[in-house]
Amino acid sequence: METMTKSNRRDFIKLSLTAGGGLVLGFQWKASAAMGMLDEAAPAADVIFNSYLSISPDDVITIFSPNPELGQNIRTSFPMIVAEELEADWKKVKVVQAMLDSKKFERQLTGGSGAIPHSWERLRKAGATAKHMLVEAAAKRWSVSSSTLKAETGKVIHPDGRSLTYGELATEAATMEVPKEVKLKDKKDFKIIGTSVRNVDNKEMVTGKPLFGVDFYREGMLHAMIQRPEAFGMKIKSVDSAAAKAMPGIVDVVTFKNNVAVVGKSNWEILKARKLLKIEYEKDGNIESTSDHDRLFKELLDKPEVAVKRKDGDVEAAFKGAAKTIKREYQCPFLSHSPMEPMNFFAHVRADGVELVGPSQTPEAARGATATLLGVAPDKITLELTRLGGGFGRRLKTDFVLEAAELSSIIKAPVKVTWTREDDMMGGSYRPAVRYRFEAALDTSGKMIGYRLRGIGINSGNPTREDNFPSGAVDNLLIEGEEYKSPITTGAWRAPITNFLAFAEQAFLDEVALAAGKDPVQFRLELLDRAKQTPVGAIKYDIDRMKTVIQTVAEKSGWGKKKNLAQGFSVYFSHRSYVAQVAEVEMKKGTPVLKKIYAVSDCGIVINMSGARQQVTGGIVDGLGHALYEASPSKMVQPNKGTLTTTASSVLKKCPKWKFILSTTVLTPPDWVSLRFHPQVVPWPTQSSKPPASVCITNHSHCKKK
Amino acid sequence: MASYSINVNGEKRTVDVASDTPLLWVLRDSLGLVGTKYGCGIAQCGACTVHLNGNAVRSCSLPVSALGNANIVTIEGLSKEGDHPVQQAWQEVDVPQCGYCQAGQIMSASALLAKNPKPNDEQIETAMNGNICRCGTYHRVKEAIVLASSKI
Repeated sequence: METMTKSNRRDFIKLSLTAGGGLVLGFQWKASAAMGMLDEAAPAADVIFNSYLSISPDDVITIFSPNPELGQNIRTSFPMIVAEELEADWKKVKVVQAMLDSKKFERQLTGGSGAIPHSWERLRKAGATAKHMLVEAAAKRWSVSSSTLKAETGKVIHPDGRSLTYGELATEAATMEVPKEVKLKDKKDFKIIGTSVRNVDNKEMVTGKPLFGVDFYREGMLHAMIQRPEAFGMKIKSVDSAAAKAMPGIVDVVTFKNNVAVVGKSNWEILKARKLLKIEYEKDGNIESTSDHDRLFKELLDKPEVAVKRKDGDVEAAFKGAAKTIKREYQCPFLSHSPMEPMNFFAHVRADGVELVGPSQTPEAARGATATLLGVAPDKITLELTRLGGGFGRRLKTDFVLEAAELSSIIKAPVKVTWTREDDMMGGSYRPAVRYRFEAALDTSGKMIGYRLRGIGINSGNPTREDNFPSGAVDNLLIEGEEYKSPITTGAWRAPITNFLAFAEQAFLDEVALAAGKDPVQFRLELLDRAKQTPVGAIKYDIDRMKTVIQTVAEKSGWGKKKNLAQGFSVYFSHRSYVAQVAEVEMKKGTPVLKKIYAVSDCGIVINMSGARQQVTGGIVDGLGHALYEASPSKMVQPNKGTLTTTASSVLKKCPKWKFILSTTVLTPPDWVSLRFHPQVVPWPTQSSKPPASVCITNHSHCKKK
Repeated sequence: MASYSINVNGEKRTVDVASDTPLLWVLRDSLGLVGTKYGCGIAQCGACTVHLNGNAVRSCSLPVSALGNANIVTIEGLSKEGDHPVQQAWQEVDVPQCGYCQAGQIMSASALLAKNPKPNDEQIETAMNGNICRCGTYHRVKEAIVLASSKI
C-alpha cells in the first residue's frame, strides 16, 4: 500500500540553486500572513521551513539536521528518514548541524522525546519530493515517461539499464515543477529506516575532534568562571576581589546579579584566582534543609485537602468496605543532571549584534531570553549549536547562556564561561524532590477495589500522572497532587516526574499483588483485562500494547520458571513508549546481585536499531545507577562539596555494569496504518526505558525465590 | 610562570605556564588539543585520560612540572589516520552516545591492550572502572574492547 501525501494550499516549496549549481530544497508548510499566501485557517505563525537538503553536482547529499544532538542520535536518525524517501546512497550523505533558524525550522529543540514524532512526516516529504523531481529531470533528459524510471541508491535508472546519478541530475531537477502530491514509501520497502546505522559522528568522536561547546575557540576569546551563592536563598553582601584580580592571567573580576565572574586567559589561572575571592553572603528568602523538606512532605501528605487530579467512583466507601488495605510511601531526593560536559557557553556581544555558540537543548528559548535580557532584537542574535556532551534536561534551561551573554556585554569582549563540576552539582537545576503516599483496598477475593495516590513535589509542577495505569482499571480511584514552592531551582530531568513515579507505582503494585496473593505479572494482566472489558473513566494508554510487552518479557525471561533465581518485574508507559522489564537477581551473602535484565520496548517505529538499543540500554544503566547509588545533600544550606563521589555520575562507576546482560527486544507496532495517521505514536525510546529500570530490580524482593 | 618543554604526540612542545598547571589545561588551553576532556578536575571521571609513557593517567591531576621527558600521547596522537584498532572497534560497535567521555575511554582501553592484548572480563572491568559514561554505553565499551583485542 502506498501513501499519498497531499500538499495543501498553505504548503509551498522553495527552490534555489546553490552557488556551485545543485539542488536545494526547502519545505515550508505554513506561510506567514505577511506573505499573503495563506488561507483564513492558517495559524498566524511566521514562515516555517521544515527540512532542508542539498545535492551537489559531485553527488554529495547534504542533509541539515536542525535539532540539538546530545547523544540521542538525532543527527543520524533524522537524515536516515530523509535519505530513505530520497532513495539516497547513505554512503554519500553528509550531515550538517543547522544553526538556529526559526524561519526554516520548527521545534528546533531536544526535549520531551518529541523530535521524531514531530518531524517524521515532513522529513519523509522532504526526501520524497526531491526524489520525484530528480526522476522527472531524468525523464526529460531521456525523453521517456517518468513512470518507466526508478530511483535507487542515489541514481535514476532507465529500463535499459542506463543510469544517471543524483549529482548529474541535480541542477536540472531544480527546474522541474514541484509536485503537489508526493508518494511516500510503504514500510515494507524501507531500506534504511529500521536498520542499524552507525552514528555519523563516530569518526570525529573517536579521534578527538572539537565537537563540543567546551571545545569552541575563537582568536582573542577570554575564559571565565563564575562563583555563585553557596546555597539557595542567599545573595551577595560584599565582594573583595583584590587578591583574585592580582593573580597572573586574570583580566577582570566582575560582579553582576548574584554572580562573581573571574575573567582570564586560561582556565587554570581562573581556577586559582577564584579561590582567592572573598565573598560575603546574606539571607535572601528561605534557606531550606532536607529535614525541613521531610517535615513539609509529612504536613502536606496529611493535609485535609489537596488538589484532585482524577476521581473515579467512591474511594472513601471502597476503603471502608475493604477486606484488606495496603499503604506505602516513597520519596526521592533532589538530584543533579550531571551531564559529562559541564555547562558552558560562548558569547560575543557587539554593538551590531550578538553571537552565541554552545550546547543548548533549547536554542530558540536561549536566544529569546538573551534578546530580552540585553534589549536586543532576536534577529540580531545568532546561535550556533555545538554537539552537547549530554543534557538529561539540564540544557533545556537558559541560565548558562544568559550568564555568558551578560558577562560579554559587561566586559565588551568575546568570552566563554565554563562551569566546574562543583558548580554544576551545587548550582544546578535539580530533579524535584517528591514524596508519594499510595493506598489500595482489596476485597475478600483479592480484587483491588480502591486506589489512592497523593503526591507532593517541591517545585515539581504536577507531581503525579493521574491517567497512568492502573487508572481506568479500578472502580474507585483518587489521585491528588500538590506542589510546594521553594527557592531551590528544579527542572526537567530525564523522563520528568515519571523517572521516580514509575518506581513508586510499580513497587506499590507489587506490594498490592503480594497482599492479594497474586503473581505480580498476572496481577497487572488482570487489571488490564478489567480496563479493556469495563473501563472506568478515561484510558490514556493502549491496553493491548501494554499487554503485549508484558507477555513478551514474561515469555522471553522465563518468568516464574527459573530455579535458584529471584526475578523482579515492572512495566511502564511514558513518553509514548511501552517498556516491560524483568530483572534476574541472585542473593549473595544477603546482598542482591543483579545478573541480567530483559527489556521489551514497544516504542513505535524504530528508525535506527543501533540507536534504539543504545537508548534502551543507556536508560536502564541510568535508572540502575540512580536507584542504587544516588544521594542528596543533607543540608541545602551547605550542600556537599558537590564532588562526584556522592552524586549521580560517580555511581555508575560502582554500578555492576559488567555483571548483567541486557536482552533487548524492540518491537515494531502491530498496526502500521494507525501509526501513519497518528504520528505522535512514533517516539524515541530515550526516556521511556529508564523509569521501569530502577524498580524491576527492587521488585525482585517481592517475588519468591523459586 | 615558567617555560616547559614537553613531549606530546611525538613532538616537542614548549609552553609558558605556572608550574602547578595540570597537563589537562596545558593540552586544552595552551596547545589547543581539546580531544582530552574536562569532566571533574579531580581524577574521578576519566574523561581526561591520556598516556604517559604508555600508562593511562588522569591529566587533570598531573602538573606540568612533573612531566619531565615523559612521552605523552593524547587521543589526537593515538593514530595518524584515526585507525588504531581500538578506534576502529569503537566505530564498528557504534559505542558513543553523546561522545564526551569516549576519548578517555579509548585511551584507557588502548593502554590496557598495549600491556595485555588478551584481557579477560575481570581485567577489562578493572582497567575501565575509572571511566564514567553518563549515557551508559558500558556494554558497548566492553564489546569494543573484546573486538579490538581479537584483532591485535
